[in-house]
Amino acid sequence: MSVLTTDNLTMIFGGLTAVDDLNITIEKNEIIGLIGPNGAGKTTAFNMITGVYNPTHGRVRFEEEDITGKRPDQITAHGIARTFQNIRLFKELSVLDNVIIANHIHLRHNLFSAVARTPGYVKEEKRIRERSMDLLAEVGLDSLHEAEAVSLPYGKQRRLEIARALATSPKLLLLDEPAAGMNPQESHELMEFIRQIRTRFDLTILMIEHHMQVVMGVCERIYVLDYGETIAHGSPENIQNDPKVIEAYLGVE
Amino acid sequence: MSVQLFFQHLANGLSLGSLYALIAIGYTMVYGILRLINFAHGEIFMIGVYIAFYLVTLFVLPWFAAFVVALGITCILGMGVERIAYRPLRDHPRISVMISAIGASFFIQNLAIVVFGGRPKTFPVPPVFGKIITIGGVNIVSITFIIPIITFIALAILLFIVNKTKTGMAMRAVSTDHETARLMAIDVDIIISITFAIGSGLAAIGGIMWGLKYPQLLPIMGLIPGLKCFIAAVVGGIGNIKGAVLGGFLLGLMEIMIIAFLPSLSGYRDAFAFILLIVILLVRPSGILGSVQGEKV
Amino acid sequence: MMTKRQNIMYTLAALVVFAGILFLLDENLGAYPKRIFILAGIYVTLALSLNLINGFTGLFTLGHAGFMAVGAYTCALLTMPPDLKTMNFFLKPIVPFLANVQWPFLPALLMGGVLAGVIGFLIAAPVLRLRDDYLAIATLGFGEIIRIIFTNTQSLTNGALGLKGLPRFTTVWWSWGIAAVTVFFMVNLINSSYGKAFKAIREDEVAAEAMGINLFKHKVISFTIGSVIAGIGGALMGHLLGAIDPLMFRFLMTFNILLIVVLGGIGSITGSVIGAVIVTIVMEALRVLDGTMHLGFMTIAGKPGMRMVIFSALLMAVVILYQKGLMGRNEFTWDGFFQRLHRMSGRKKR
Repeated sequence: MSVLTTDNLTMIFGGLTAVDDLNITIEKNEIIGLIGPNGAGKTTAFNMITGVYNPTHGRVRFEEEDITGKRPDQITAHGIARTFQNIRLFKELSVLDNVIIANHIHLRHNLFSAVARTPGYVKEEKRIRERSMDLLAEVGLDSLHEAEAVSLPYGKQRRLEIARALATSPKLLLLDEPAAGMNPQESHELMEFIRQIRTRFDLTILMIEHHMQVVMGVCERIYVLDYGETIAHGSPENIQNDPKVIEAYLGVE
Repeated sequence: MSVQLFFQHLANGLSLGSLYALIAIGYTMVYGILRLINFAHGEIFMIGVYIAFYLVTLFVLPWFAAFVVALGITCILGMGVERIAYRPLRDHPRISVMISAIGASFFIQNLAIVVFGGRPKTFPVPPVFGKIITIGGVNIVSITFIIPIITFIALAILLFIVNKTKTGMAMRAVSTDHETARLMAIDVDIIISITFAIGSGLAAIGGIMWGLKYPQLLPIMGLIPGLKCFIAAVVGGIGNIKGAVLGGFLLGLMEIMIIAFLPSLSGYRDAFAFILLIVILLVRPSGILGSVQGEKV
Repeated sequence: MMTKRQNIMYTLAALVVFAGILFLLDENLGAYPKRIFILAGIYVTLALSLNLINGFTGLFTLGHAGFMAVGAYTCALLTMPPDLKTMNFFLKPIVPFLANVQWPFLPALLMGGVLAGVIGFLIAAPVLRLRDDYLAIATLGFGEIIRIIFTNTQSLTNGALGLKGLPRFTTVWWSWGIAAVTVFFMVNLINSSYGKAFKAIREDEVAAEAMGINLFKHKVISFTIGSVIAGIGGALMGHLLGAIDPLMFRFLMTFNILLIVVLGGIGSITGSVIGAVIVTIVMEALRVLDGTMHLGFMTIAGKPGMRMVIFSALLMAVVILYQKGLMGRNEFTWDGFFQRLHRMSGRKKR
């Protein structure tokens, strides 16, 4: 079974069709790209998949289960996590706390145990803390774990967002422009990093990205959106040579 | 209930509704332009009528002059509140502004208690407003008719300003988007001040007419009507002037009519507005004439 | 950096010292200062309950006085002896099921909290879906509705007359004991996963939800806990003052608690404690400005309302100029405390 399938997924805002009839399929452990010019509807697609928007038409299926219209926190519980285009960290909380919070979804103790600090709860809290520190080490931020999230430089903030998303133990990870603002060196490291976490955490990854090197370098298949419509789909080679794609990005002569 | 009594209640309801409408407009205009609940607006209303009171009694001005001067002073006061309590917090989180607004409200209220004294004062109603007019067997005080008339005149002038003048267009622009308005060479600060001035002016008119209809003045008299009028603005659709008027009339009529038909509930008079608020917020939060706004994720 | 064990030792030692101070004050304070001291303890509890909802979870609510009223009235009606009830309810007799009920203080106190929590839970469901300012007005509305209901239900609450002659259960120990328990509870809650979830909701709801936090459920939890504690605070206050009436629980009461929370620092437990003590004392001290004070041989006339003028101005000043309040979002830690001591003594040596 595929990890994620969307059937005729459509989002209409008043008079504007942001996403029209999106049909994507993602198999396990694939890294799929979602590209297109600005305003093509990519983040809207993410928002529909993650429950932020209720699709006007169509369905989203995760591992055969219909998750259309469910709340974001329910969808995260199913195993989908995401990062945001405009970084949404818990600004005034510490780096470590940002990651710890993402563990809350799997907490096995209720509020009373938490406040009473039962031995069971204390143990779980310790485990969560260790796990979160490990995730921070994965992204190279463990030495900064006490810093205020907002004080981090941009690139590190992006990494923190990824660590935080990983803390929810996702099966499918949605990355919204992870390479934004990165220089070529950093983008290269990011590509490596994405491949690593795919293996290490047994992930399937769907990413929106504008950095063509990253997309072509790390994605196995790519969907191209323009004005909400899917204009192309295929391997990086196919996409690079597709006239419709070229036209969408560069315009016609 | 006799037909005459019904008409009396209806007239009172329309009157009260007009007053609520006038004050609600102030709330809705400020909210539209700043996304801020001007908690101090009710106090502006109270100050307006107190100033008129002192001008007539202490300074022995003829009532017409007193009302005009009171109007002017109240407008300035309203702008002053904006300057001191809201402008410094323009870029701060909304919660800070709200706390400042609440603080300003309590400040003015208690300052009034200190300066004016907590005991009720009786507004000297000029005879022309106190005349009893008899229509079809019903006795109604003249002020009850005058209030809706003045309200409609004020409303007409306001809508003219908002829709047909450059200033009004600027106000609508700032309501939509501060940054873009600035780019269009609109001085946002001045427009905001004008908005507060207009809102406060209408509140002053409302306050003075309130004093003429219900002549007992107390420093805390602005609190409950203030809250009710904000609720009226929300019910009608916050940010929408016509909505505020609609909400004001709705609330005023509802209040009088419920008491008229169910006098045993008169103790709960003030609760109706709050209940209506909760209902509207649950059923249609954008208000009757309001439009829904989403957040970009 | 102090170890966990050292932290606990210092805290326990401080608690013992604190208990000792309570004992001394209880024995030696005059009636009037003692009353202020007890009141300060009650305001600590109340400030913390508001801070949980407003400060830590970021829900700007203004209905706190309503929950205090529910707690106060519940506890009063449960602890008043039957003949006291008969005396109070002279206009209209009390509802039969309460007429002969008389509970001891602790269960009645807890019941007050529970009932306040139930009301909070019922209100939470519809109201917590609303955005900031709408939430504020809606909760303010509910607070007022509760007060108006209490003013009109003559046979349940004695209406506008209120309840007088309440047994003065609230001692230094009750007030500050509960304050200490509340502090302990809050510290554990805020540092726990749930507390972090609350803070996440405050920082960024969209992100919190995306990280799997059920917004509504957690907001309701925070709101309900806050209202339970507010109910207990209200009950304590009722049994300190000896009399309660609906007018006591109008918006002004919520404003006073909000003032304490803002001055102490929204989102700081330490700030609420310090703020409560300072504001309570200063409020009383400034009472001279408000009314006539009979000091035995002389009478001082003051201007009513002056106190609130100063306090509202103070609130605005803090919010406009110093935004963060006394403690900001910081908390007291033993490490921080000793560091500050070292720094201070270091300066003196030079």
